[in-house]
Amino acid sequence: MSVRVQAGDFDVGVELAALRGRDIGALVSFSGIVRGKYQLELEHYPGMTEKALAGIEAQAVSRWALQASLIAHRYGVLQPGEQIVLVAAAASHRHAAFEAAEFMMDYLKSEAPFWKKEGVGADAKWVDARVEDGVAMKRWDR
Amino acid sequence: MRVLYFAWLRERIGLPGEDVATSAALVRDLVDELRSREPRYELAFADMKSVRVAVDQVLSSFDAPLIGVKEVAFFPPMTGG
Repeated sequence: MSVRVQAGDFDVGVELAALRGRDIGALVSFSGIVRGKYQLELEHYPGMTEKALAGIEAQAVSRWALQASLIAHRYGVLQPGEQIVLVAAAASHRHAAFEAAEFMMDYLKSEAPFWKKEGVGADAKWVDARVEDGVAMKRWDR
Repeated sequence: MRVLYFAWLRERIGLPGEDVATSAALVRDLVDELRSREPRYELAFADMKSVRVAVDQVLSSFDAPLIGVKEVAFFPPMTGG
């Protein structure tokens, strides 16, 4: 179980290989990529970010029987096509791994202290939170 | 108490953070104190539906008490992932 907040890129192959282990039959990962034609600048809250991600991961671990998990999130200036986030969940069977990965992404969208600014210079604007993301998170309250 | 601002709150206020001497009992009282300081604070806190708060690095509410608190952060709804 680990969380990382970093400026640099990550190698998905290397990260996922490190999660494999004896009782793991299913490994699900999600990669978030900068889409469109504008650069993104990601600001975050050092200190709180790590705690928030660790809290989200801990909730996933308490809800599903995970053997391993990872949340890696980047900050700073990212260009279209670059990786922003990697979430991975490893379990004995696929359902737990699929659900836990989606749960972690849904929470991360609304509860991890990151803010995106799209574009360059005077034309850059802050990206608004999406209502759908809040709804996606709340559907796990059951 | 350390008060931090992120994203457009940081830009509107013009500071990433500052030390604030306050006797405010609740987060909302601190917001009222800040708003009454200068127009840039008034502007930053004009639409409270778009402001979130963390108290000692945990998401909180505007009714949270400030007794013993070291750090309060204000920011817009988060857009990670």
